[in-house]
Amino acid sequence: MQSDLISDAVSSQRRSEKRRWSVISILLIILVLSFVLDVATGPSLLNVKDVANALLSLIGFPVDVDPTTQVIVSNLRLPIAIMAVVVGGVLGVGGAEMQTLLNNSMASPYTLGMAAAAGFGAAMMLYFGSLGLNTNIAVPLGAFVCCMLAATFLFALATMRHISSGQLILAGIALLFLFQSLLSLVQFISSPELSQQILFWLFGSLSKASWSNLSIIIGVTVVCMFFLIRDAWKLTALRLGEERAKSLGVNITQLRLRTLLIVAVMTATVTSFVGIIGFVGIVAPNIAKMLVGEDQRFFLPLSFIIGAFLLSSASVLSKVIVPGALFPIGIVTAIIGVPFFFWLILGKRR
Amino acid sequence: MLYVNNLNVILDDLVLAKDMSFHLEPGKVNVIIGPNGTGKSTLLKTIFGDIHAKSGKISFANETLQRKQLSRWRKQFGYMPQDIRLDVELSVLEVVLLGQLNALGFRLDDSVIKEALSALDKIGLLHLADRPVNKLSGGQCQMILFAQALMRKPKILMLDEPVSALDLHFQHVLLDHLDTQTKEQGWITIMVLHDLNLAAQYADNLLVLKNGKLIANGHPNDILTPSLVKNVYNVDADITKDATGIPFVRTIRSNRSVSIKNKEPKEQTIKVAEGVI
Repeated sequence: MQSDLISDAVSSQRRSEKRRWSVISILLIILVLSFVLDVATGPSLLNVKDVANALLSLIGFPVDVDPTTQVIVSNLRLPIAIMAVVVGGVLGVGGAEMQTLLNNSMASPYTLGMAAAAGFGAAMMLYFGSLGLNTNIAVPLGAFVCCMLAATFLFALATMRHISSGQLILAGIALLFLFQSLLSLVQFISSPELSQQILFWLFGSLSKASWSNLSIIIGVTVVCMFFLIRDAWKLTALRLGEERAKSLGVNITQLRLRTLLIVAVMTATVTSFVGIIGFVGIVAPNIAKMLVGEDQRFFLPLSFIIGAFLLSSASVLSKVIVPGALFPIGIVTAIIGVPFFFWLILGKRR
Repeated sequence: MLYVNNLNVILDDLVLAKDMSFHLEPGKVNVIIGPNGTGKSTLLKTIFGDIHAKSGKISFANETLQRKQLSRWRKQFGYMPQDIRLDVELSVLEVVLLGQLNALGFRLDDSVIKEALSALDKIGLLHLADRPVNKLSGGQCQMILFAQALMRKPKILMLDEPVSALDLHFQHVLLDHLDTQTKEQGWITIMVLHDLNLAAQYADNLLVLKNGKLIANGHPNDILTPSLVKNVYNVDADITKDATGIPFVRTIRSNRSVSIKNKEPKEQTIKVAEGVI
């Protein structure tokens, strides 16, 4: 009798796992569709058939393709579309782990000032004329260094024994304000042309995507995701509360530091190449949580997929809004994100 | 045997353990009682290695608690902290599974799931397995966290007010289960309770704390007396023995309430206390 009930419960658990895997697969399919759409659209208004042929020839099919089309697809559209997926995914995962770590569904690397710090670093580099380096290297480098600096400050706080997650969030918000005003200061003292340049960087743009910076981002992402997934169960345990996670044998300080470091490296890397893209980090994990709960085995990959989908679809939108032109993607994500954010807040009252 | 020798714990100038020494035997349920804020939870946390003692030595099975080897020390423990809120999108089964964190892989084995389910079954909550924990009552959460603590297969099991949110039925389900398992498995069980009658009924050994000092230690039949209750809680109590010889505590009145009404609490309390003696 009892053993029957237990095996029923085992299969019920298996069904629930299967259901969550199918949710993930469905969203993965939607992501692929959005990716295809992203490659198919663009300011050069190529027709879909040419794009498809160019893609086919890229993977080795002997199709006849116009060389210009080939170059546009392989060197512009494809890297941008992949960039959208990877960056969106990284922002989604970064938000998911910040929310897990800080036990607050409104936390993300953006709200904790890491993105603002990156923006400040980039602005400084532009202001000081790249310190004699190539602008394409100097600006991302400045953004990365500053973002890690902000993160280091948060690390230092996180290692203190009796600091609560609430205090960490407050410190992060303080950082956000600090770097935002420093950023304004740099813009204020810059020439109008430079200020314009800084502003454009801040908007966030995927147009700087190239195979070389893409390979850096993908490399970093793969390594970071590996370490996060290895900690999946510990991170799930953390959501029961720090006290309880400790009682289950989790070394809280180590886990906090490791996860913060991973998230900081991921965020710093993507932000330094694409600029500031808000909201994906907050919104994606919240949708993922509603769909599959907080078992990190599902929550983590789904946060990636939803973040990737949000940015990929925003990339499509940014090209469709004004045909033939490229709308800054950072603006589009916030416009999609805000109504959703309100819905989340109001939905909480239920 | 778990040995605590000359333990001193001071937090923010507050003495929470003062030269405390005792030892606890396997297969026995040890119950800590004492007024609020007297160092009961602190004692558990110190034994778990979460609060660092100012001085003293805690050892178990030839191993001494050291700051540098916390994770090894903690492997022997099941520990159920006081807080029972579970505000997380996880199922009951998933929460119980986390009890054996180190055995969980990316794909869960049937055997691991079955173990968690049978832990739930033993406390009569198998039917809740697939329910989300954030929809449960406080008492149900407490039972589930109890199942989680048992999943660790501890040698030492520490529970901080494990029945605070439970109804009469589940109080006894939990405590009976704890009692039989402690004896069968040879655990050292340490729990904080507030209800003196439950303490008297289930304790093999009673540790009485007051202001960070261990003022009595022994079988409830031997040490639970009106003068002890008076000394510790400043409450007048009548203690009778029931048919099985277990002490039954009926409180008459608290002398502390007097001190709250009066403006000079200390003096008043002492006067009233002396008057009653």
